[in-house]
Amino acid sequence: MNKTYDVAVIGGGPAGLAAAIKTADKGLKTVVIEAMNRLGGIPIQCIHTGFGLHYFKEDLTGPEFVYRFIDKVMDRDIDLLLETYVEEIINESMMSKKIKIISPKGSWIIESKTIIYAAGARERHRYEIGIPGFNVAGVYTAGEAQAMMDLYGIMPGKKILIIGSGDVGLIMARRFVLEGAEVVGVVEILGYPSGLTRNIVQCLQDFGIPLLLRHTVTEIKANNGRVSSAIISEVDESLNPTPGTEKEVKCDTIIIAAGLRPRTKLLKKMGVLIDPRTRGPIVNDYLESISVPGVFIAGNALVINDYVDYAVEQGETAAESVHEYIENKGVLSAEWRKVIPGSNILFVVPHYVSGRKDVVLYSRVSRPLENTYFQIGGIGKKIPLIKIMPSTMLRIVLRKTELSKYIGDIVVEAVEK
Amino acid sequence: MKSYVEKRVICIICPRGCEIRVRLVDGKIISVEGYSCPMGKKYAEQEVCSPKRVLMTIVRCENGDLPVVSVKTSGPVPKDKLLEISRYLAGIKVKPPIRIGDVIIRNVLDLGVDIVATRPCMPVENKYSDQK
Amino acid sequence: MRVGIIGAGIVGLSIARWLSRYENIEVHVIDKNPDVGWGVTKANTSIIHPCHEEDPDKHPLRMRLCLEGHDLWYEWVRELDIPSRWPGEIIVAFNDEEIHVLKHYLSLAVRNKVPGVKLLDKEELLSIEPKINPSAIMGLYAPSAGSIDPIQAAIAIAENCADNNVYFHLGEKVIDVIIRDRRVVGVVTSEKVYDFDIVINAAGLYADEISRMAGINDYYIFPRRGQYILYDSTAEPKPEKIIHTTPTPKTKGVYVLKTTDDTLLIGPTAEDLSPDKKNELRTTREGINYLLRNAEKLLPRLPPRNLVIKTFAGLRPEPSTGSFIIRFHEDPWGFIDVAGIRSPGLTAAPAIGKYVVELIHKHIDLKPKNKWKRYRKGIVRIKDLGVEDRNKLITKNPSYGRIICQCRGVSEAEIIEAINRMKKIGVKEITLDGIKFRTHTMYGRCQGSFCRVLVSLIISRYVGIKPWEITFRGGNSFYGIGEVKSLFKEVIR
Repeated sequence: MNKTYDVAVIGGGPAGLAAAIKTADKGLKTVVIEAMNRLGGIPIQCIHTGFGLHYFKEDLTGPEFVYRFIDKVMDRDIDLLLETYVEEIINESMMSKKIKIISPKGSWIIESKTIIYAAGARERHRYEIGIPGFNVAGVYTAGEAQAMMDLYGIMPGKKILIIGSGDVGLIMARRFVLEGAEVVGVVEILGYPSGLTRNIVQCLQDFGIPLLLRHTVTEIKANNGRVSSAIISEVDESLNPTPGTEKEVKCDTIIIAAGLRPRTKLLKKMGVLIDPRTRGPIVNDYLESISVPGVFIAGNALVINDYVDYAVEQGETAAESVHEYIENKGVLSAEWRKVIPGSNILFVVPHYVSGRKDVVLYSRVSRPLENTYFQIGGIGKKIPLIKIMPSTMLRIVLRKTELSKYIGDIVVEAVEK
Repeated sequence: MKSYVEKRVICIICPRGCEIRVRLVDGKIISVEGYSCPMGKKYAEQEVCSPKRVLMTIVRCENGDLPVVSVKTSGPVPKDKLLEISRYLAGIKVKPPIRIGDVIIRNVLDLGVDIVATRPCMPVENKYSDQK
Repeated sequence: MRVGIIGAGIVGLSIARWLSRYENIEVHVIDKNPDVGWGVTKANTSIIHPCHEEDPDKHPLRMRLCLEGHDLWYEWVRELDIPSRWPGEIIVAFNDEEIHVLKHYLSLAVRNKVPGVKLLDKEELLSIEPKINPSAIMGLYAPSAGSIDPIQAAIAIAENCADNNVYFHLGEKVIDVIIRDRRVVGVVTSEKVYDFDIVINAAGLYADEISRMAGINDYYIFPRRGQYILYDSTAEPKPEKIIHTTPTPKTKGVYVLKTTDDTLLIGPTAEDLSPDKKNELRTTREGINYLLRNAEKLLPRLPPRNLVIKTFAGLRPEPSTGSFIIRFHEDPWGFIDVAGIRSPGLTAAPAIGKYVVELIHKHIDLKPKNKWKRYRKGIVRIKDLGVEDRNKLITKNPSYGRIICQCRGVSEAEIIEAINRMKKIGVKEITLDGIKFRTHTMYGRCQGSFCRVLVSLIISRYVGIKPWEITFRGGNSFYGIGEVKSLFKEVIR
């Protein structure tokens, strides 16, 4: 219990596991701290395919994907702390972090030179998105419903309304139908679906499930403690419900699939600065917090990814950064160049680049665009986009050589042709 | 009389989402329009003639560390068979240990594909016995 | 002598606690809900009022009970280990008219002998509570105001009562009051018949219906709905003091306060509903917007919407007479109304209990017990302990180290302890809400989306029912509808 680790990986999901495998391979003393009693994180409950298309060039289910990493972790000299709750992370110095934990084995402090924080995301819930009405049984987030059904064998309901047309909502719609439930509709407040076309087709159209765009649930009605119906209304330009458009939809279950937010409570507490656009930490191209040195962030705790493959990529980037960090007792000083989200861009991660290495930019546009260029100012890089939705994360590699062509801030824009 | 049908398919190959129109006469494709690449054309033809999907679901598991094990069909099956297979699996209960790739049902409903496990399931440890 | 109390809310339980001191009385508490404190008690503003807003001319009894109840809470929170904080409250004025109201309440404070109440000028106001909107011009400070966790209070009192041999009959609805020869002799519930010599009607919203069963028909109760918004503990600005807008004839204004749980509470609205709307526990868009508008006056800016962790509604039992209805009936003899306990009912509750015992004492000689247990301890929370104490506990019982709720750091052992304590007070159905109120799992940032399923598995294992058979709060509020795949079996069958 008293050893000092080179790196403590917080979170045993895909990003954390990928990071741990890489740090262990580089000979770093590594510990993975996981809150649940098993490794794998959320993909364990994502029994649909769509995992690993980029990383393994295969279409795997969540558990198949993540067990490839679990197996590798098991083969390596990596300490595992399961059922371990991280209460606080204290930044002692650039080369010392203290992690206060509670586990069935006791409560103590783990010491590590660096942290890879990969604690994932949480789901937005009913109250956060502001759905009034009765507080009753039958309202679940998509993730809770997924865990109920696909981990613990509990059927949440039989007549389902889904709020949110992101991939999670669409996939849950199909899951419910394939377990014999009826899905009465998917409600989306925006004028366009938030999920992949593939999922619109294979999860909704295949089963004749209606998608109600520009609608929102304005009230939840109940009978004897359980959802009995939802009132749905059309919304206007500013997304407010239009009076007089209310319709009552009978259902016994309402699934909230209204998006994810990086889990940043522990980070904020230790002084990690947060980007209001991503709601995740502000990082440099080492995926290191710009305010707390030696804390690296990967996966959905960094930015909400569409593909698990990106989370894994971020985990591996963080692992390489840790290796360099320990070698140099920190990230070497640099003339940091700011990455600025320009017109039509919702966010770009990372927020700063050193120019010392190739960098992967993750970005989203702020509205649906057609026939545009994704353009990186100064560098002169232009990527044509036929059609791009905010729901699709853009992944752009900037080569070191490209970066060296130009000095100054890097403005990322999406401009129409 | 010849039967004349036009079917519309939204392509899922890339995010562009082309709307492809396929015309059939007596069930035979006579024209495909609106695609932007050969993959799209092929996809539309397949979707019109015999749409196929991989089924992902769970089967119940007795005395496992989790009460259900996730499974999929080893290959795509006709779209209209998805629910039938899932219903058939309601009558199946398996026992641990189960490893990824284990065949749960061979040649399910004579469709020529197997039901294979996508998540391991190990015998339950009696770790909570200390509290009672 | 057997006493039946109808209603296991804060009022019924306070009466039970006072009565549990006497050896010649056997106390029974009946409630239609599966657990204690689930009616009016569950959803209110949680304030222990200083009593400077009570008019002694209009409501002399209410004023007296509020003043006395406030002071009793100082003792009860300590004796029963009830979460509380005593930061004081400030009524904030933004214009001359409101200053007038402050001065009126100051005069009531002087008349009611409330300690410490004083006016604050703008400078004093903003230095005592810097998080108030700087457009405020004056404040009335009442330093004795506190806030308790009302549902934890109900649970604490119930546990203490059970320790002192009070019997609980939960999940039983009273359907009749039996009267013979102009005396009350018992009640009929949905489950059985009880013989009682005295029946105390503390049925909150339904007190009028119980009175009618005893042939008393001179009042009715109508619900006044109060909606609330609860923000995560990280929400800012979060004032230390309890602050509120100036009261109107109908309400005490909109409050902004840090709860004992470190969350930020805004509320309530005051919406009068018709007497038949006793289930209208729903929030509305209009209600929430009203609260936001009023809170915006009190705070320079509101916390972001994404920090809202819950919106909820409570119903206050407004008596048609406007006053507390507390009386020992001669006809039928032995029937006691404790009805229409509207605001400041939570504050007054301990004093109401004492007052009811005094009413009974006028008719019956009460003999004090030799050994009455004054103290009760709450559930030990691993998160609140130092490292050494934690490790002692975890070594003895590793489930104290198994954290189930990530938002609040609640352990499995705490959940199991809650189940045991529920059983001890006679809870027949272990519900998710019951666990939530006792342990504060499912209460934080994620609202149970991570831990609810884990909690249900613990209940399932410990109580021996299937996870989908567990309810949120009784009735039809089942967590699931059956085992996965069971919908196909319905079709097959």
